[in-house]
Amino acid sequence: MERAYTISIFSENSVGLLNRITSIFTRRHVNIDSINSSESENPGIYRFTIVVHTTEEQIKKMVLQIEKQVEVLKAVYHIDEETVFQEIALYKISTQSVAEGNLVETLIRDNNARILSMEQDFMIIEKTGHKEETQDLLEFLRPYGVLEFVRSGRVSVIKPMDELEELK
Amino acid sequence: MYLEATLTPPIQAKLKTTGADAVLRSLVEEDVDLIFGYPGGAIMPVYDALYHYQDRVRHVMTRHEQGAIHAAQGYARATGKVGVVLATSGPGATNLITGIADAMIDSTPLVCITGQVGSHLLGSDAFQETDIISISMPATKWNYQVTKAEDLPAALARAFFIAKSGRPGPVLIDITKDAQFASLDFEYRKCEQIRSYKPVPEIDLNQVRKAAALINSAKKPFVLFGQGVILGNAEEEFRAFIEKTGIPAAWTLLGLSALSTDHPLNVGMLGMHGNYGPNVLTNECDVLIAIGMRFDDRVTGNLATYAKQAKIIHLDIDPSEINKNVKIDIPVLGNCKETLTELTEAVEFNSHSAWRSKFKEYDKVEAEKVIYKELQPTTGPISMAEVINQINQTTQGDAILVTDVGQHQMIACRYTKFIKSKSNITSGGLGTMGFCLPAALGAKLGAPEREVIAVIGDGGFQMTIQELGTIFQTQAAVKIVILNNSFLGMVRQWQQLFFDKRYSSTEMVNPDFVAIAKGYRIEAKSVTEREELESAVKEMLRHDGSYLLEVHVGKEDNVFPMIPTGASVSDIRLD
Ligand SMILES: Cc1ncc(C[n+]2csc(CCOP(=O)(O)OP(=O)(O)O)c2C)c(N)n1
Repeated sequence: MERAYTISIFSENSVGLLNRITSIFTRRHVNIDSINSSESENPGIYRFTIVVHTTEEQIKKMVLQIEKQVEVLKAVYHIDEETVFQEIALYKISTQSVAEGNLVETLIRDNNARILSMEQDFMIIEKTGHKEETQDLLEFLRPYGVLEFVRSGRVSVIKPMDELEELK
Repeated sequence: MYLEATLTPPIQAKLKTTGADAVLRSLVEEDVDLIFGYPGGAIMPVYDALYHYQDRVRHVMTRHEQGAIHAAQGYARATGKVGVVLATSGPGATNLITGIADAMIDSTPLVCITGQVGSHLLGSDAFQETDIISISMPATKWNYQVTKAEDLPAALARAFFIAKSGRPGPVLIDITKDAQFASLDFEYRKCEQIRSYKPVPEIDLNQVRKAAALINSAKKPFVLFGQGVILGNAEEEFRAFIEKTGIPAAWTLLGLSALSTDHPLNVGMLGMHGNYGPNVLTNECDVLIAIGMRFDDRVTGNLATYAKQAKIIHLDIDPSEINKNVKIDIPVLGNCKETLTELTEAVEFNSHSAWRSKFKEYDKVEAEKVIYKELQPTTGPISMAEVINQINQTTQGDAILVTDVGQHQMIACRYTKFIKSKSNITSGGLGTMGFCLPAALGAKLGAPEREVIAVIGDGGFQMTIQELGTIFQTQAAVKIVILNNSFLGMVRQWQQLFFDKRYSSTEMVNPDFVAIAKGYRIEAKSVTEREELESAVKEMLRHDGSYLLEVHVGKEDNVFPMIPTGASVSDIRLD
């Protein structure tokens, strides 16, 4: 059965490692849904969060291939229930179209979003949440004319307490 | 910076020198005394430095970079040492790719050093600029671009450590031209560990105990061994294990020569053109013990029907091999030199004579239906196996056999006798035609005391034929046997069996190979008649220096047994 898996990779900060990692997916014709990288709580150790849709059998093999890369310290995979994850979305709406009434403001409040920036011609709304939530807000805002929309890659931390012990 | 990692303390005081000189100094520190390569613009500073190290580092200039890398592979496979290759940027570097991919899939330790355009030109489509780091990435164990001279010693130390440790593989270091010219304070510290890299997993003795218990209770255990035994220098430990347990053992193409071919427990070759018994009995054994092998599809045939009745134990150094193709019941991770020692300690003596005699029964059938008429035909054209048989008679198994890819490869590996390890050099995983001639050169230069025999098809020979020039120039006494069937034989065989004999683009009009060899000033002879074969082989082996023997063999002979693609190992065909 295919489902979403979140892979967390801990690595050295080296040029080209991302290329090495993505080719592990490319080679198996697996599409990457989202990807994010940042420095982790350990200075000098980088953390990639990659979301893919695949089978458990395949994800196991791919994670072993990732961990085999010389510059990877550790790679683990989890299903959504085992992680806490978020994505951030930004929406650019024309100020003119929202001028009528305060419907948009209600929408923002009801969706736990916020106004990040208010300019003369447009406003930027920000919402953090799961993909379905940021997508819902997008649909709500559509009638007002969404000039730009962007959603970040998933960031995720894992719930199990002992899996990353060796990185400490 | 991160290359610093955990290097050993400096072994000498700092010394001011250039990047190019640092490359040579680093090679000397790594005890490299022979390298293969081809010069060009972006690597010229290193070639200039090489000039001053001729007494310590011998450079063999091949006739093509593919030749250089296959020669380095042959050298590495014959010696167990790291093969080193030098090439220039752009086409020089891309010409290495086939060899890099070949070394990756066959776990051969290589350090490839390529020149690159100056760092200020990177990304500008400069003359002979190619992004070799990206191109080689999926086919290297590790690669790294050096743009600063001061990074060179640490990068090279890492390269050698990564290439040879754990499961070996090819590494590429790309050096911009400015880094070769720039100066640095040179000090060399060997790399002995990298925090993100765990080359050898720790042994879990519990797994060893479980494996031993299963082996002790087995009625029909069967061992499959691969190159891991050779790469782990575990030939002795392996032999001790099978001798104590009395378990019959069969080899993969790359495992060949890890155990002498006439050892009573050696039951032959696995896979598509392997022996009858080992293939059929894979599906009858109760415990399968795989040692340093990776269940390649050429070995397993249809996975859905592969050894389903058996419990499977897998000894390997690479955790990603466990469960990759075949579901494993008991993985035993670690270097097999150590895991086999532990395992042998924990298992009981046995002989399994009834089970072993089953292999003999199948051997008899195979001998009658296939082997006898292949080895000793009395009529018709010369057979490939007959030539191998003749070589065996003279060498008594004490030669390094290097093969190319195709029918001759399967026949040579099926029938050649081996008494020493590291004696079978062939392109297994990638199946690279053109591998043989340069690999034989590298093997001979690495092991000059050994007889090195290159057995090549007429097709593959013409893929790297130019290396005859290097063989002549180096005076490497490689014996070259061309088994000429005027066809791309293996492809023709498939066309015959699976494409209704439509011989699409497989017949070859060949040149006069003897004249070509003589053009390169290599002694040569061609035989067609059976009566001439014995003396021709003897003459070749007696000859002082390299020699080319062309043997005209049956044009449409086939290799059997054969497991057709997609079939089960137990459905192996004898004709
Ligand atoms: C570089 C490369 N190209 C194509 C192939 C596909 N191929 C496999 S075997 C073979 C025929 C080899 O013919 P030859 O060298 O004459 O050897 P024979 O099979 O006749 O012994 C071919 C074309 C290959 N293995 N390698």
